[in-house]
Amino acid sequence: METLNMQKKDSKTKKAIRITGAEAIIHCLLEEGVDLIYGYPGGAIMPVYDELYKFQDKLTHILTRHEQGATHAAQGYARVSGKVGVAMATSGPGATNLVTGLADAQIDSTPMVCITGQVPRHLLGSDAFQETDIVGISTPVTKWNYQITKASEIPEIFAKAFYIAKSGRPGPVLIDITKNAQFDELDFAYEKCNGVRSYQAVAEPNLEAIQSAAELINNAKRPYIIWGQGIILGEAEEELKTFVEKSGIPAAWTIMGESAIPTDHPLNVGMVGMHGNYGPNVLTNECDVLIAIGMRFDDRVTGNLETYAKQAKVIHFEIDPAEINKNVKVDVAVLGDAKQTLHLLLPLINENEHKEWRSEFDKKYEEEYQAVIQKDLEPTKPGLTMGEVIEQINKASNNDAVIVTDVGQHQMIACRYAKFSRSKSNITSGGLGTMGFALPAAIGAKQGAPEREVVAVIGDGGYQMTIQELGVIFQHNIPVKIVVLNNHHLGMVRQWQELFFESRYASTVMTNPDFVKIAEGYHIKARRVTERADLESAVVEMITSKDPYFLEVRVEKEDNVFPMIPSGASVSDIRLK
Amino acid sequence: MESKWYTISVYSENSVGLLNRISGIFLKRHINIESLNVSKSEIENVSKFTIVVFTTEDWTRKIVGQIEKQIEVIKAFYHTDDETIYQESALFKIASHLLFDERQIQNIIKESNSQIVTVSRDFFVLAKTGRRHEIDEMHDALEPYGIMQFVRSGRITVTKASMPITEILAEFQNK
Repeated sequence: METLNMQKKDSKTKKAIRITGAEAIIHCLLEEGVDLIYGYPGGAIMPVYDELYKFQDKLTHILTRHEQGATHAAQGYARVSGKVGVAMATSGPGATNLVTGLADAQIDSTPMVCITGQVPRHLLGSDAFQETDIVGISTPVTKWNYQITKASEIPEIFAKAFYIAKSGRPGPVLIDITKNAQFDELDFAYEKCNGVRSYQAVAEPNLEAIQSAAELINNAKRPYIIWGQGIILGEAEEELKTFVEKSGIPAAWTIMGESAIPTDHPLNVGMVGMHGNYGPNVLTNECDVLIAIGMRFDDRVTGNLETYAKQAKVIHFEIDPAEINKNVKVDVAVLGDAKQTLHLLLPLINENEHKEWRSEFDKKYEEEYQAVIQKDLEPTKPGLTMGEVIEQINKASNNDAVIVTDVGQHQMIACRYAKFSRSKSNITSGGLGTMGFALPAAIGAKQGAPEREVVAVIGDGGYQMTIQELGVIFQHNIPVKIVVLNNHHLGMVRQWQELFFESRYASTVMTNPDFVKIAEGYHIKARRVTERADLESAVVEMITSKDPYFLEVRVEKEDNVFPMIPSGASVSDIRLK
Repeated sequence: MESKWYTISVYSENSVGLLNRISGIFLKRHINIESLNVSKSEIENVSKFTIVVFTTEDWTRKIVGQIEKQIEVIKAFYHTDDETIYQESALFKIASHLLFDERQIQNIIKESNSQIVTVSRDFFVLAKTGRRHEIDEMHDALEPYGIMQFVRSGRITVTKASMPITEILAEFQNK
């Protein structure tokens, strides 16, 4: 099998040691600085687990209760720490259970390496027990994948896997390893990879493009910034903040970019997209220069492309060349790493304040406050709202928690109302919309940032998709705080049924179990809130707990999330009710 | 936007699974591959895919972007028919007795500039290289007499403009 040509800068060859493939895999992980992995054993990966047993003082393995949980935990870990998350599984069903997590990591650009066992080389293609073509299956949802059939391939392929997962626009890599390659011996020496000849991780910044961008920005009367996760992945938070402050340009975020600039920053005008803020959506169609940084114009952000920012000159700062002109035609494309390109842009930018233009965002916020926010955060009706729960979490955690969300109404409400004071704090399944993401991702987030408060906010639907991971929280006493916003519905689908399918609630009503008892069954402290009067004390009790804590809040059953851009409508047509 | 014929040329490492990765890009967008050829290229250890699609330039550009994004792909290009020199090959297997029974067959062979690859007691094989329409014309001419087997290759293409792969690889080596 041909392998990639790898660039080797460090020509000093380390002294090789004779070890098995399985042991070599552990050494590769240690060489890459990995000290924590998530996974689930099985026949075809047992030699590696046997080595994990021997190396348990150096490399911790967390047994999730389902392989999907392992991938989301690895994602949560990667997203808070900026490091590569690692998940491991056996062949066949173990491998196929990784697919959702791979797809999620691919669309949300999360660096992750997944390792799967495979049947021995001589049985490949024989439909052996637990054989599945995971390389074929995972191809469309991985940045790169590879099947190792010889022990001698292990060090080079692992080095490439970590390099590819982390560099450029990050993404998931899958390495499938036949069992014979785990048993066989090799002369092991590890060299980190710092380049692959057929892969340009990041383009060199084009100074002319940056110059053109600066000219457009300096001459703009109504410039507007939308930033995405590229800021967080590129660790360009400071550069963005300086750019925004110097130029006085109002800046909004996609949900993947949330928390890169603190929520209370005066130039942070809020969230774009289907359930984003009113001003940031409507004014997209009133700006004269739109500066998109590290975002990809997802359809949930743009609504109808035919009516999206047509009046504006568009500048796109982007690391992935394939994203340029993919959805929105741009006037200036600045390829490269946001940290580097923004750094080069900064000295070319004139100081400005754009007071009048900024006041339009304030006016729109006031409209949204009257129509939506007040009802969500200061409700006068008896039923609890999701918004007031988020507000209590903000208060109790001093706006400094990592908020991990699942998918649906609670996710949109959390993204809208959670307040953040530092980056890498909003962990959610953005592009794929994976229900069941939050609970395992919160485990990974807590282990990736143990010093931080991690609160998983989950709907009653998604919670039951990966509820078994409570076992991990219990077994390892991982002090994650879990809030289930229980409305006894698949709320977002129910909302669409109400608005677009004449309230025909097909399969969206749920009779739920006693969530408190389930948590208690795992020996996790648990409490249920049904009245507003108990909410604040319950949230404070949860946040101040040193141990894992489960809080169920019974919220209004048929609340809707507004504002809303109906699917396929223009950002200008966002509805406040 | 108007659909046209586009030839996509992909220079890549020779690795297992890359064909699957590239074809998946078309599959995901529900675009049919009209013709596909994989061979070695002018550069040692570098493979070349030649893919023909009938779609809009916008889609072709996006597909090329996605193809280039694949780790093992060195560079991908797309060209219109005007910008390339291209050929296809075809083989026709025909019953030998027709050579004697049907005088017109000999004229078709001469006029089409095809070659006789082999002749046996039962059949003979004609090879024709040319543009798609020339092969189609020859096929139409022979069809009334009976074609025992027919096969046509994928398009192979060289471009009028250069495709600077060697330079890209050299640049990497010097980094």
